[in-house]
Amino acid sequence: MIAELGLFCLILALLVAFVQAVFPLIGAARNDVALMSIAKPASILQFLLVATAFGCLMYCYITSDFSVMNVAENSHTDKPLFYKITGVWGNHEGSMVLWELILTIYAASVALLGGNLPAGLRARALSVQSMVSFGFLLFIIFTSNPFLRLDPAPLNGNGLNPLLQDPGLAFHPPILYLGYVGFSMAFSFAIAALIEGKVDAAFARWVRPWTLAAWCFLTLGITGGSWWAYYTLGWGGWWYWDPTENASFMPWLAGTALLHASAVVEKRDTMKSWTILLAIITFSLSLLGTFLVRSGVLTSVHSFATDPARGVFILALLIVVIGGSLVLFAIRAPSLKSGALFAPVSREGALLFSNIFLSAAAGTVLLGTLYPLFADVLNLGKVSVGPPFFNTTFVPLMVPLCIAMPIGALLAWKRGNLKAALRLLKPAAIAALVAVIIIAVVKTGTTSLIWAAAGFGMAVWILIGMSLGFAEQIHLFKGDLKNSLQRALKLPFSFYGMTIAHTGMAFLIVGIIGSSLWRVEKIQIMHLGETVKVSDYDVTLKDVENGLKGPNYTFSRGTFDITSGGKSVTVMHPEKRLYEMPPQSTTQAAIRTTLMGDLYVVLADTDDKGGYITRIYYDPFVIWIFIGAAFFAGGGMVSLLDRRYRRKA
Amino acid sequence: MNKLSLLPLAFFTVLVSFFVYRLVLIERGNMPKDIPSVMISKQAPEFNLPPLLKNKAGFKTADLKGKVTLVSFFASWCVDCLAEHRYLADLSGKGAVLAGIDYKDVSADGQVWLKKNGNPYDVIAIDRDGQTGIDFGVYGVPETYLIDKQGVIRYKQTGPITPDIITEKLLPLIKELNK
Repeated sequence: MIAELGLFCLILALLVAFVQAVFPLIGAARNDVALMSIAKPASILQFLLVATAFGCLMYCYITSDFSVMNVAENSHTDKPLFYKITGVWGNHEGSMVLWELILTIYAASVALLGGNLPAGLRARALSVQSMVSFGFLLFIIFTSNPFLRLDPAPLNGNGLNPLLQDPGLAFHPPILYLGYVGFSMAFSFAIAALIEGKVDAAFARWVRPWTLAAWCFLTLGITGGSWWAYYTLGWGGWWYWDPTENASFMPWLAGTALLHASAVVEKRDTMKSWTILLAIITFSLSLLGTFLVRSGVLTSVHSFATDPARGVFILALLIVVIGGSLVLFAIRAPSLKSGALFAPVSREGALLFSNIFLSAAAGTVLLGTLYPLFADVLNLGKVSVGPPFFNTTFVPLMVPLCIAMPIGALLAWKRGNLKAALRLLKPAAIAALVAVIIIAVVKTGTTSLIWAAAGFGMAVWILIGMSLGFAEQIHLFKGDLKNSLQRALKLPFSFYGMTIAHTGMAFLIVGIIGSSLWRVEKIQIMHLGETVKVSDYDVTLKDVENGLKGPNYTFSRGTFDITSGGKSVTVMHPEKRLYEMPPQSTTQAAIRTTLMGDLYVVLADTDDKGGYITRIYYDPFVIWIFIGAAFFAGGGMVSLLDRRYRRKA
Repeated sequence: MNKLSLLPLAFFTVLVSFFVYRLVLIERGNMPKDIPSVMISKQAPEFNLPPLLKNKAGFKTADLKGKVTLVSFFASWCVDCLAEHRYLADLSGKGAVLAGIDYKDVSADGQVWLKKNGNPYDVIAIDRDGQTGIDFGVYGVPETYLIDKQGVIRYKQTGPITPDIITEKLLPLIKELNK
């Protein structure tokens, strides 16, 4: 009954989506207020219907209604309640409903909070958003119905993949989707603007908060997934350049470029068609990611049950949504009058520079991700593109970006003074040079020394450079502290946001260099009482308790004494779990995190002769990756608080 | 409309044609993860494995001579093996010896698993340390190899076998190899 109600709500939502997609658009064309005003209640109604459907599915999971196929295939009565709930989106059908739910959340938010938008723009944007929503609802109802019944109902379900039974991963999909589905809003606004044929500074100001919000969520989502991989997969890696990761990383890169480009539209009323194109591309990359992950055209470690029939449907959706918007772009873009050409040495010049490199980076990741598919189709053989490709192409593109970061932030709009900026940044350059020399001396003889030294130099350059830029803004070196404080209070939030996010890049670099170049790995068979030396730590296997019981698994728990220089540091307890349904084992690494590095201990199999296979890593500075990413998201959120986004039209 | 603004559309069109073609290939049964085995048309590797069940014969290379043999690598810890297990019975008595190799498994676990899920195999051995699996080029169970009367590997299935694979690939090939 509840399942049928859920399906019924989805079908009603489809009808509402149709109404919302058609009538406000006609209304906007005819300047008919009555028709345009349908958009608001329709958005809210559509959200309520999809939310009810989502709630129904959740109810089926909580009550373990195994007559619903989706529940039978992905849940189990023994599963803790928390994972019954998160299991809703741990599978293809449920995650599509979540996708759709978030799409309607954004539309409803624009309907409710977008009171400062011009009526025509809002009606058109909500209409476009609803077209996308209509497509996805069709997709769910016809190819991925989560409410299909099963007769006879099995006694129990198949269970959820144990790797997904982790608090970190439970929230990963919703946050990730809030990110890349959120770019749909920038997309809808861009299409609305193309239909209207008007893109101006005000437009950029209205769209920016939605892009920022989506970008923050995407940053958090990607970071959360990376963090989860780091502590549960037991290999200590945090990024694999897997197609599914790339699927979320490409929209992030394009979205980052979009944020920078829209600043130019807002301040200088130029780069308009590029910004519109970026808004289309960013959401297109989100859609493309969904297609790649779920159609089975690429192999990935992330296994959604792939189904070519779904692939065909999503591809059709892709063609309509992306193809349609690019046709519209081709027709309308030339008529978007841009302001005059601008000076290369200026803030807008720097932002353009950032855009070139960010888009090139997104393009590189796209090429690397799709290359196996191209090679396969063109009969060039089965290839997989691994980290070496991405590291050698992606990393060099980040270098100019990092060098330009503190300089660009100091350049004024219209006409910047490069000499003055460089003069101000001299201390940062000197400090960076010192960092390079220190690393070269301390780490002499290690592999990739040039990259390590250059990376640290870059991090110091950004950190000090951004701080100097901030100090300059508040006239810190002009002596009057009270005046500086007043200036600091008057600075817009977006300036703080920019400074925080850029500083995050410095931390991120330190983390990446430390963990990828200086990591120490020891893999061995250990017997009780045996000690292994890893970096500065002595790791002793004290005890292993077998046959312990968890809620739906049995586990072994190791006890490792950690000492350093004879002094006791801590005791660590990695676990090896064996889940019952489905039968699968997972490792729970024990991690000791410090700002200087993580000690990471994994208890793997036994050798059946009283020995235990253990993997012990020392990952220097790895936490700084996550701190850096948190600064990105934090900077975005601070920027979101900026007063100018709440100004009336 | 100017040429530059058509560029994204052109790029997208190329991309889509690749996707369409790839989906067509999938439709024809060419999956992206199918990796052609280098073992096809080669002599099966040398092996001599102990039996999994007590008081039964083991399994060695010489047993392949003169018979068409289907060698299935499975394990009690493998979820997909359970999925294909029920279809294996459909292959019994169809002209091929069904040989099971319990891969990287504990004997007791393998025995219990077979007792619980049925034993369709004519001969069943255990590859305790996985060495034979490595010689065959197994990279994940289940994997199935069809070997002709001369001991040459003729077909390899990576991942679980399905009713479609049995009727469309395995049975016709077994018939042909028995001629």
